[in-house]
Amino acid sequence: MIALSDYLILGAILFSISIAGIFLNRKNVIILLMSIELMLLAVNMNFIAFSYFLDDTAGQVFVFFILTVAAAEAAIGLAILVVLFRNRQTINVNDLDTMKG
Amino acid sequence: MNTIQVAEFGLLLPEIFVLVMTCVVLVVDLYLTERNRDVTYVLSLLTLAGAALLTLGNYPSGTTVAMYGTFVHDPMGGLLKLFIYVVTAGVFIYSRSYLRDRGLYKGEYYVLGLFAMLGMMVLVSAHSFLTIYLGLELLSLSLYAMVAFDRDSPTASEAAMKYFVLGALASGMLLYGISMLYGATGSLDIGEVGAAVAGSEDRSIILIFALCFVVAGLAFKLGAVPFHMWIPDVYHGAPTSVTLFIGSAPKIAAFAMLMRLLAESMGGLQPDWQGMLAILAVLSLAVGNIIAIAQTNLKRMLAYSTISHMGFLLLGVLAGTPEGYSAAMFYAVTYALMAIGAFGMIILLSRSGFEAERLDDFRGLNNRSPWFAFIMLILMFSMAGVPPTVGFYAKLSVLEAVVAIDMVWIALVAVFFSIIGAFYYIRVVKLMYFDESESDEPINVGMDMRLAISANGVVVLALGLFPGALLSLCAAAFP
Repeated sequence: MIALSDYLILGAILFSISIAGIFLNRKNVIILLMSIELMLLAVNMNFIAFSYFLDDTAGQVFVFFILTVAAAEAAIGLAILVVLFRNRQTINVNDLDTMKG
Repeated sequence: MNTIQVAEFGLLLPEIFVLVMTCVVLVVDLYLTERNRDVTYVLSLLTLAGAALLTLGNYPSGTTVAMYGTFVHDPMGGLLKLFIYVVTAGVFIYSRSYLRDRGLYKGEYYVLGLFAMLGMMVLVSAHSFLTIYLGLELLSLSLYAMVAFDRDSPTASEAAMKYFVLGALASGMLLYGISMLYGATGSLDIGEVGAAVAGSEDRSIILIFALCFVVAGLAFKLGAVPFHMWIPDVYHGAPTSVTLFIGSAPKIAAFAMLMRLLAESMGGLQPDWQGMLAILAVLSLAVGNIIAIAQTNLKRMLAYSTISHMGFLLLGVLAGTPEGYSAAMFYAVTYALMAIGAFGMIILLSRSGFEAERLDDFRGLNNRSPWFAFIMLILMFSMAGVPPTVGFYAKLSVLEAVVAIDMVWIALVAVFFSIIGAFYYIRVVKLMYFDESESDEPINVGMDMRLAISANGVVVLALGLFPGALLSLCAAAFP
């Protein structure tokens, strides 16, 4: 039997990987978008584990909403990425530094 | 479980109206040519007026929870929504000439603006973590798109990307905290969570863990130091008409989110989050006020000034008393009024091909237009907290709230940094009145903009002379 804590540890590991992906990645904006998706999936893992062990469906309903919003968020993120590439001809994170002060 | 009563829909009437009208604006705009774009503009303003009438017509006197506990109808929500309508209307009026001069006068600006406003309304009236999340995302997603609205501007697209990544990171942190809170209490309803948190004798590790993530997510959204790095770049890079929007109305919604999440659902952990907010507040006041001095770009300077104002707002909330909450609410709504005024002045001075966002562009404004120089003077004095403007009462009531809970040291820190901050506000006044202007280009904007920005300045002054009515409305929201 897999205990609740195992699911939570998995969720925490996924969440940490995604945070590390956002802060360590210096190359590609698309990896940032992937990290953001992974972060939301880590949260979903938590919600489903709690929902199952608390025997309460509200958490699972929340997960459906998160999945839907994540899709909308990815759409907007990719749209901004396209605009960025058209203007700058690069999606390198290090090149996003024209504003200073 | 009981079913939803028809009467409950009456409580949501402003939200339903705004949603329907936004869809109408979206469709009507498709059939308009470039010359008839004013129809979209007028329809958007009518939507705001209609929503304001509906909110006023059913102004809440007590707290009613509706829709299976996901929606709350209370005086705080009512007042904040009215201010959100007023500020959004100001944003639409100010940005019209700016958008038209730059070929950005499109229906999308108004549709996205109205959707963002709907998100704020949902956020303000949320009574469940689900509605908080949905309102927040509707607001944020619309704002991301609005920042990237000027498609051919490299700085705007860079700002949009930064805003998107950090905003999504903040939402992720907030959600992670909420998932922990759900696990600890077994409910998503703010009322039930609040009761469960207050009822638990020992503060379990999981609750503190959840609290850390929720506070970090909230600080990101508010722009409190050390989670402030997106604010200067986004304010600077976005078109001024969008900066105007981001810098004003969402601050009111962010205050509501802070109240719903910290005060209502985690009121039992108040001693724990008080310390966290104190650190955020002191850092925001210090970093915001000191770095703003070094700025030569007015939009960047106002961005750092926003950070310091958020520090003040947090002071009121961390007091944890009804007086503190109402002082923070007064601060949030008056700050939004000052912010649209200040960004509105940048738009007023800009023209096609000229952004007027450097401090030097305000040199000698008094010679070009004494009246608008005077309005800018009021706004800058109000942000600095000089009596008799409203900014003074906002700062005073927040400081009173922290002194009342014996945190005198934090009040002293706040006063110290706002004296440092007064320097860069008064520098703008000095440039306007005592320096020679670089151009004598007459100010050329429409009548609606002139009237609106004059009214804005006068309101900031009038609320400072007669703050009693608004103060008592804010106090009535927290009995």
